[in-house]
Amino acid sequence: MAGKGGIQRSFMTINANRTLQHYIDLIIVLTQKELKVRYKNSFFGYLWSIAHPLAFAFVFFIAFKIVVRIQIEDYALFLIAGLFPWQWFANSVNASPIIFLGNASIIKKVNFPRNLIVFTQVLQDMIHFILAVPVIILFLVMYDKTPSAGWLYGIPILLCIQFFMTYGICLVLASTNLFFRDLERLTFIITTLLFYFTPIIYTETMIPQRYQWLAYFNPLAPLIISWRNLFLNGIVDPALLVVSSGYAAAMFIAGYLVYKKLSWRFAEVL
Amino acid sequence: MSDPVIIFNDVSKSYPMYHHITGGIKNFIFHISKGIDSLKNKRYEVFRNISFAIEKGETFGIIGKNGAGKSTVLGLIARVLLPSDGKIEVDGRVSPLLELGAGFHPDLSGRENIMLNGVLMGLTRKDVEQRMEEIIDFSELQQFIDQPIRVYSSGMLARLGFSVIAHLDPDILLVDEILAVGDLEFQKKCIAKMEEFKKQGITIVFVSHSMANVEKICDRVMWIENHEARTIGDPGSTISRYTEEKQKAL
Repeated sequence: MAGKGGIQRSFMTINANRTLQHYIDLIIVLTQKELKVRYKNSFFGYLWSIAHPLAFAFVFFIAFKIVVRIQIEDYALFLIAGLFPWQWFANSVNASPIIFLGNASIIKKVNFPRNLIVFTQVLQDMIHFILAVPVIILFLVMYDKTPSAGWLYGIPILLCIQFFMTYGICLVLASTNLFFRDLERLTFIITTLLFYFTPIIYTETMIPQRYQWLAYFNPLAPLIISWRNLFLNGIVDPALLVVSSGYAAAMFIAGYLVYKKLSWRFAEVL
Repeated sequence: MSDPVIIFNDVSKSYPMYHHITGGIKNFIFHISKGIDSLKNKRYEVFRNISFAIEKGETFGIIGKNGAGKSTVLGLIARVLLPSDGKIEVDGRVSPLLELGAGFHPDLSGRENIMLNGVLMGLTRKDVEQRMEEIIDFSELQQFIDQPIRVYSSGMLARLGFSVIAHLDPDILLVDEILAVGDLEFQKKCIAKMEEFKKQGITIVFVSHSMANVEKICDRVMWIENHEARTIGDPGSTISRYTEEKQKAL
């Protein structure tokens, strides 16, 4: 369908190397922009990016450890080990529906790979997450634990899985929201629901036996459990890795296909 | 003159009535039969069967009422839109001149925005760095270049945007009503720069409501009216017929 008009793509043939260099430069410049804007105006830029999950951890600690007296050891550490990666996911996904809308004026005029704007959003939230890892180490130390060697391979693998999963979902939302403009509200409701369906404030073993199978339908569950196991015990369960990689691949492919199918209409609908 | 760089061959452009779905999922579900019906059967026609060829180095003007499809032509040349029918050939690097402040971030400095804008427009970071001083000189914004552009006036923003474009080395430059902002002196400077581009052999497609400017710099003009290319010809006669008709309609 996209080739209907038969436009010659002579522009694309300039030079494959140059195109790749341009892609890389676009990602660098767009990421720099976001990071500069975030950290330039306020000295507390870094604090802001970790304040949100820490505030949540504090609230859940009060509610579940002190009031409900949940039976989980080192609950504060347990919470932030799941909340930080969740925050990365939620920030990207909640921002994604308005990404293309917010760049309407250039999308209507300039022919550049628009998926890179989404890519940069996810990358940027990933950088914030990586910068927050020292906070997790601080909590480990507070509970007399230490980071383990397993992080060296575990973190890159999980970063990769979460990146592609989040990127795929964000591509679908960013592209589709141009056509159905209330998707933004729906996204927010769904991420809120998803938060409570994911074992972040409770352990997966606390889910009643007959409902446990349901957790496998939640693409976030195996991923968040893996992050927490890695941070707390330095281990990753290969089965969980396989399941979450499967989800990540599916989401990424779905996102790419939806984007490919819709992207040539972006300028029409904006 | 037999070296066309932009060829439109019987090009038509129409698109579905998106407003039935952009109202949102809720709206669409409540009016599902109507929505599907209009998406399938009704299309908004911008124009039909337009053919023209623009030679290398030519300055081609497009005039017509608001909504006539002038900007759509530019969108098709820039390849952000695809034709519904017909064939378009474009040979060379296309640079669109963006509207005021588009692609800029208010919290970044002028210098940082030049980098951002240049890369968005297709340059590499190295390219932009090489041209940075030249771009700043052209903009005459040296004093303000390291301040966030939210403190800039609209004329200063236009200057910055035009300065980036002026140094992109495009083969084809798309200008859409950009000269409406900025002080007179800057407008003169832009026209002068466009004339300089002409001398360098850069092809320019120029959309404007300012007949004086169109007449001044264009070699040929296309007048779009009622979904069709009414005339394509020399600026003088086309513009006088256009203004005559407009006055009659009043």
